[in-house]
Amino acid sequence: MKINPDKCVACGNCTYVCPMGAIYIDPAIHRAAINRNECVECYACFNGLSQEHLNPVFVRTVRKIFQMARVRFDPEPDVCPTAAFEPEELAWPRVVRRAFSDPRVPHESTGVHGRGTEEVKTNDVSGRVKAGEAGFTIEFGRPGVGVWFRDIQKMCHALARAGVAFEKKNPVTSLMTDVATGTIREDILGEKVLSAIVEIKVPAERAEEVIRLVREMEKEIDTVVALGVGARCDENGDENTIAPVLEKLGYKLERAKTNIGLGRITNAAAPRAPEKSEESVSAK
Amino acid sequence: MTNTLHRFGPAESFRDDYVVFAIASKGRNDEGALDKLRGFLELAVRFNPVNLGDAIHGGALRPSKEMNPAAHWKRDAAPDFEAVIRGLDAPTTVAAVFDNRVAAEDFVTALKDADLGLSINISTSIDGAEQCCFAAGIQRHSVGYSLGFEGDTSKLPDANVMLLSTMCGHGMVSHGLAKKMIDWVKEGRRTPEQAAGCLTRFCSCGVFNPSRAARVLRQAARGEPQ
Repeated sequence: MKINPDKCVACGNCTYVCPMGAIYIDPAIHRAAINRNECVECYACFNGLSQEHLNPVFVRTVRKIFQMARVRFDPEPDVCPTAAFEPEELAWPRVVRRAFSDPRVPHESTGVHGRGTEEVKTNDVSGRVKAGEAGFTIEFGRPGVGVWFRDIQKMCHALARAGVAFEKKNPVTSLMTDVATGTIREDILGEKVLSAIVEIKVPAERAEEVIRLVREMEKEIDTVVALGVGARCDENGDENTIAPVLEKLGYKLERAKTNIGLGRITNAAAPRAPEKSEESVSAK
Repeated sequence: MTNTLHRFGPAESFRDDYVVFAIASKGRNDEGALDKLRGFLELAVRFNPVNLGDAIHGGALRPSKEMNPAAHWKRDAAPDFEAVIRGLDAPTTVAAVFDNRVAAEDFVTALKDADLGLSINISTSIDGAEQCCFAAGIQRHSVGYSLGFEGDTSKLPDANVMLLSTMCGHGMVSHGLAKKMIDWVKEGRRTPEQAAGCLTRFCSCGVFNPSRAARVLRQAARGEPQ
């Protein structure tokens, strides 16, 4: 993303809306500028701000007069008055930032918008997480912190050493050069994204071990982690396999995403019962 | 996309926050899904949602690329549900947000009767979702628990900001803007509803809850516990 200095009037509205806090008013040029190292190309500035198309010279003059008179104009806070943001053509590897940060861009590896994952949201038709299994989503960087791929790789290496299976249809897995070791391609390790999700699946009896491992690795990475655990309910709609493990580990279960089982396989050529080997790729 | 899973707050804080969404699975039930997804949205409107949206085009309150300067004095803050329904042009995740359990229960019951064949999920407190299922006579199929935020949590802002910013699970509502809106409501520069509308426009998939946001802003400005 670029800010056109000929258009920018340094109103400062955009400095608040950047999820990474990467936009600032540069005192040397009296214009808004972007810290490209911290920018994750999420397009929140371009997509989220409403745009006026006012004359920049006129706006700067009015602002200057108001400042001299110590008068505060109170404009809407989510507006760029001169439409100064201009998307740029992103080359590899920087384009990875946008793929993982702008939710309106679908991941090529999965075709899914957002973080590119289906998790247990479609479990009623995918059968991805079966009874007696725990499906983990390990999300890095959200909210508002971001994550470097080199940190994601640290977690992936640890998980691979533990012999867990990475979800095959997952954007992070698609960027691994070696799924057996959890190694991510080297040319993107220096890229920062707003958020990324690693998905794994283990037998329920390994859930505690995985959570302890993730907690241990969290100490070695420079961001926040949001952990989600998906489980299949029994025929009564109860889930008594994973919840007790989580409560034993000290988690107070407050919120969940609940798949209510109304989905059906309707595509003519769809697989009726997906094979386990199609869903995940094991490290061992 | 765990875009609604990790909303910050205790279960009680989701008393006015029920996100119901529909998704087709690629290769399994995505053929002909567009009409079914549109049917989901049309059905939702009957139960007075506070937001509605799809993951490509956004929610019912959107930023304008051609804003009239007069909007600084009189901004249209009414959600446009019809625009969401009209704009849906490709299979994606669609969502409806309700600020009370009765509406969510009634909608889930109607979805069961509509039998769209799409995967339907409820994202709220665990008890809240169970009550919706019970009211509709549905057994839960699967559950995805949120275990909250871990790691270097020293990088996270205070609870009031988190309550607001995590309502856009794609992270498009920045901590900075959430804090600014709390301050503006505190200063009387904007009403809680106006500030909530400003935050809502940044959500790129329509799951932000402006009703809950207005409550959070009002209580935060007064220094009341949430």
